[in-house]
Amino acid sequence: MTVEITSPEPDGDTLLSVRDLKVHFDTSDGVVKAVDGVSFDLAKGETLGVVGESGSGKSVSFMTIMGLITRKQAHIEGEVVFRGQNVLDMPADEMRSIRGSGMAMIFQDPISSLHPLYKVGWQIVEAIQAHEEVEKKVAWERAVEALERVGIPNAPQRARQYPHEFSGGMLQRAMIAMALVLNPDLLIADEPTTALDVTVQAQILSLIDRLQQEFRMAVVLVTHDLGVIAEHADNVNVMYAGKLVERGNRDQTYYDSHHPYTWGLLQSISRLDEKQERLRPIKGGPPSLINVPKGCSFHPRCPYRFDPCDKVVPELVEEEFGHSSACHLSIEEKKRIFASEVVVSS
Amino acid sequence: MLRYIVRRLMWVGLVVIIITMLTFLIFYVIPPTDPAISFAGKNQGPEVLALIRKRFGLDQPVYVQYGRFVKHLFLGDEYGWPGFGFSYASQSPIRGELFKRLGITLQLAVGGAIAWLIIGIPIGIVSALKRRSLTDRAAMGFALFGVSAPVFWLGLMALYIFWYRLHLLPGTGYIGFGVSPWQWFTHWIMPWLVLALLFAAFYARMVRGNMIEAMSEDYIRTARAKGLSERRVITRHAMRSSLTPVVTMFGLDFGGLIGGAIVTESVFNLRGLGSWVVDAVFSGDIPIVIAVTMFGAITITLLNLFVDVIYAFLDPRVRYS
Repeated sequence: MTVEITSPEPDGDTLLSVRDLKVHFDTSDGVVKAVDGVSFDLAKGETLGVVGESGSGKSVSFMTIMGLITRKQAHIEGEVVFRGQNVLDMPADEMRSIRGSGMAMIFQDPISSLHPLYKVGWQIVEAIQAHEEVEKKVAWERAVEALERVGIPNAPQRARQYPHEFSGGMLQRAMIAMALVLNPDLLIADEPTTALDVTVQAQILSLIDRLQQEFRMAVVLVTHDLGVIAEHADNVNVMYAGKLVERGNRDQTYYDSHHPYTWGLLQSISRLDEKQERLRPIKGGPPSLINVPKGCSFHPRCPYRFDPCDKVVPELVEEEFGHSSACHLSIEEKKRIFASEVVVSS
Repeated sequence: MLRYIVRRLMWVGLVVIIITMLTFLIFYVIPPTDPAISFAGKNQGPEVLALIRKRFGLDQPVYVQYGRFVKHLFLGDEYGWPGFGFSYASQSPIRGELFKRLGITLQLAVGGAIAWLIIGIPIGIVSALKRRSLTDRAAMGFALFGVSAPVFWLGLMALYIFWYRLHLLPGTGYIGFGVSPWQWFTHWIMPWLVLALLFAAFYARMVRGNMIEAMSEDYIRTARAKGLSERRVITRHAMRSSLTPVVTMFGLDFGGLIGGAIVTESVFNLRGLGSWVVDAVFSGDIPIVIAVTMFGAITITLLNLFVDVIYAFLDPRVRYS
């Protein structure tokens, strides 16, 4: 069920192309289909937002793209083409040399993501020296520069400190400095602000925005917060139960969404700027990835389900230019329901 | 840091004083046998016993006796410094014998410790990295065996197999290094390994657990995401965190051995501190018991301090004030 998707490409060039990616884990309870046939393209310099609940496969798919989940741990199928090379078939050492320099990743909890027993500057030096033959002194200076660039005051002193001497926000800045020190083409930010204070979240996101302009890199923003995506993403991937259920640019996903799951997500956002009696959460919980519901995996929670939904898996179909969704409803119905029932304000 | 060390050293002094008082009280005030009898033998008349008591000052009040004991300890006695007194049973000064036996116990402890670190740590690491593999299962089977096998049984089995049956190694006893370095070494192999096995098993399990925990930490994922080689991820990141707690354990375990690896010494007929103190307890040779107890107490408290100081360097999150 490979689906070819043409996405709007701001810079024209495709940086990352994922085709029918499947990541299945063998567990004692059965096969967990964490990612089950995901395809999308990412252009150079693009910001892609990836939304979905926990367990929708968003982190797993990007960990696999980074080569952090390998064929040793999971059954991996499909293609991940980065800068023209299929990274899934690459020898481990070649993949290692891309990791950190070609594509870099930052994670949810900066406090546990840095080694507690090493100085922050040293950890950045280590990243540089993993890819370039540089003297330690030179690498240290570059590490300090990197810390300055992400807005850490007193960078030369801070570099000599340990992670526990940093605040969460400062540490996430240091993580970003470490990820960007080798000018990667792609930064994958896996829930970069979830563990941080609300006031710090905005700073980190605008820092990523600013650095993206500076370095002209592509950014993948994995989050469960549609609000974050609305402000920062060019395109949006909506994932549910290991599959892409909707894909479009930001405006299409927000103001003309085509999938009932996305509608649910949009309605669960709390808004301060308008009168709202209560949040409208999506009923039910995310499905088990071992026994995924038959047909459309969202059908048990979908208020608009009808005859084929529990039997036939809907394909991801491009219904408008650059806008695809995987849902049996006709496009007219989707537009009607969205306009009349889904409350989204501009 | 320096102030911390000084303060801790003062604590060491206090602990030693308390321990001497307690040992002194236990063995002088409620002695298992009358010291005068253990010195003179049972068939002496009351006049002889009275004379002995007077000579050793046993007729004086406890605090006078204790004061003299402390004075000798710090200022030395007629046999040198520190003054540990005079063994009733062998009727010879304790000091020389103590240092001779300490030498043997130290050789046993140091050799054993090196052996268990060399055996235990790699087994733990490999086990953790090849989790649930045949290697892991075999290693953990070995660890279970090592933890469960009593040292006296293990020692006797080793002697039976390698000495009595296979004639691969010499039997019990101690040969000085100066006499023959090779024989010195072959005589030590079995005691070292037998002593090491129990600890190696514990360390293997501990390191395996630490290592598995470390490998699942977020910072390991970060290390991989940076593009470090798997080898570097394991050695510089996972092992760095999982071996740090080993330092604490090692300090305590090693300190415990200085007080005497009693069973190992007995099985292999090594004349170290452990076998000495056991004999002394049974024969009521109180000065020896006190000397060894004190010695053990001082080493353990000093080693504890040493471990704490080292740890502050190994883990920057630990700060003493």
